[in-house]
Amino acid sequence: MSAFSAAATLSLMIVDDEAPARARLRDLLADIAVEVPNVLVAEAANGLLALAAIDGRNDADASPVDVALVDIRMPKMDGIELARHLARLEHPPAVIFVTAYDAYAVQAFELNAVDYLLKPVRAPRLMAALQKARQSRLPSPQVLARLQQEARTHLSCHERGRLLLIPIVDVLYLKADLKYVTARTAEREYLLDESLTHLEQELGERFIRLHRSALVAKDAISGFEKNGADDAETQWQALLRGIPEKLPVSRRQWPLVKSYAKQLSS
Amino acid sequence: MTSIKQNPAGLPLPDFRNFGVMLRVLLGVNFLALAAALVQSAGVGDWLQRYVDMAAWVQPLLLFNLLLLAVLGSLLQRLPLWLGQLLVVVLAAASAVLLLDFWRFMALDDGGWQRLLRAGMLGGLAAAAMLFYFAMRARAFSPALAEARLQALTARIRPHFLFNSLNAVLSLIRSEPRRAETALEDLAELFRALMRDHRELLPLADEIALCRQYLDLEKLRLGERLRVEWEVVDVPTDLKVPPLMLQPLLENAVYHGIEPSGDDGVLRIRFARSGDELHIDLTNPCSRGSGHQSGNHMALANIRERLALHYDLEARLEAGEFVLADGRREYRVHIVLPCRLSRSPKS
Repeated sequence: MSAFSAAATLSLMIVDDEAPARARLRDLLADIAVEVPNVLVAEAANGLLALAAIDGRNDADASPVDVALVDIRMPKMDGIELARHLARLEHPPAVIFVTAYDAYAVQAFELNAVDYLLKPVRAPRLMAALQKARQSRLPSPQVLARLQQEARTHLSCHERGRLLLIPIVDVLYLKADLKYVTARTAEREYLLDESLTHLEQELGERFIRLHRSALVAKDAISGFEKNGADDAETQWQALLRGIPEKLPVSRRQWPLVKSYAKQLSS
Repeated sequence: MTSIKQNPAGLPLPDFRNFGVMLRVLLGVNFLALAAALVQSAGVGDWLQRYVDMAAWVQPLLLFNLLLLAVLGSLLQRLPLWLGQLLVVVLAAASAVLLLDFWRFMALDDGGWQRLLRAGMLGGLAAAAMLFYFAMRARAFSPALAEARLQALTARIRPHFLFNSLNAVLSLIRSEPRRAETALEDLAELFRALMRDHRELLPLADEIALCRQYLDLEKLRLGERLRVEWEVVDVPTDLKVPPLMLQPLLENAVYHGIEPSGDDGVLRIRFARSGDELHIDLTNPCSRGSGHQSGNHMALANIRERLALHYDLEARLEAGEFVLADGRREYRVHIVLPCRLSRSPKS
């Protein structure tokens, strides 16, 4: 964060789904270029495209983005979720949230002392926010998690210096090993640095707990079978769509899982 | 009566500790007793005698109930309106039965379950009649209430839309001043419509024009993402409709159907007349399963109630999600309005 001094040119990114809103910010940034030297390096129409643009710059060894001006309500991936994924980057940009009107978000920002701008943005406010952004860092993951109203659409993990995005609809199950949580898709596994408990809280609508250390996507369950080896300790296993693995169901969770399975078959 | 149920804060139970209320109850019930005495009497001659006989039983019961209600008043106020009303009726009926049984004990009455039941029914009916009177009185004395209700029910534009539109217009001023001018004019018209007196019905043509202006503004900021298909066939454009009946529904469609979707979406608006009914269909794509915000249902409930206030049972509004053959989901709103070509439907 201290890499750029006060006089250095800020490299900026605008993320907004409305083209006129991006144009407006572009105009304003040009207007204040004398006071706050800045260069616009990327524009994106939603969170996913923004992450792709940042990834592209990474590959091209371009300088990292210093500040991202991020709209909150966007399709595909909203601004808060974008910030949560950005937080996993090695050099995350400072994020300034921009919103037209979002009573919930504004209240949450005030509570958590997160800086934000209201549309239509005024040049002096933008200038002040950019100057502040030089010193500020991203809100902590906990704060961002609190700001988010809906569940994320993607999980992210860091792998060999890159940020990988895993669409939650593709995740078959989440499993806690000793230190990590693994997310399994039909293709491969990803290591996440989040706790299973938090993931369950956030994604509880889509996933169901099979045992202490496994959450499975409800629509990934194709059936159940008995682990018939020994009769005394019969245990149920969940069969999954698309992959040969079977996940054991703990005795404690079985009644709950069973009632869900009944709902499914009926 | 449904609107009373939906607005318990507006028409609560009467305050039983209020002297005026007590007086009204006393006079009202005695008036009922007078009427009952007249029904029972053979001629005008024994009318008063009958009333006095009846009053000997009615007055103690009435005073006892007034005392009880004055004590329980604040408790009853806190209950849902229907429950409070039911309790008052039950109290009156039960105390009537008890008093008659006491009369029998004092050898003033023959007793018997038929007489007990009759006393209970009379007590309950008198209480119900008084409650009905108080409810009607509250309505009659607060026309402001109905007016405020209609005002409150008329749709308000989402601030989200206002600020985003202003922002879009600002972005146009330098590059396309002409478009910015048109947009501001549209915005002005829209707000003029919003601030108008909403009690009067307006021609359907005006509402359609307003919707077009609104959608033009949305297109300004959403660009290609919003496509609109109008289908207006054989529609009496001079038909009077409640103002801002369609615009809030279109706003919902854009907010919930088009904006959250990253892909382009089509909004279909279809007007069709069949006989004495005008059918209006609004269709928008559903982007996500979890998109059922409460605001949506509130707008629908508001419009439904406004239609009821204007047309009573002659108008219908149905809304729901449908799965298309190719798996895509749509949200459809279907409105049916009576369309007789009379000068003014019901004002």
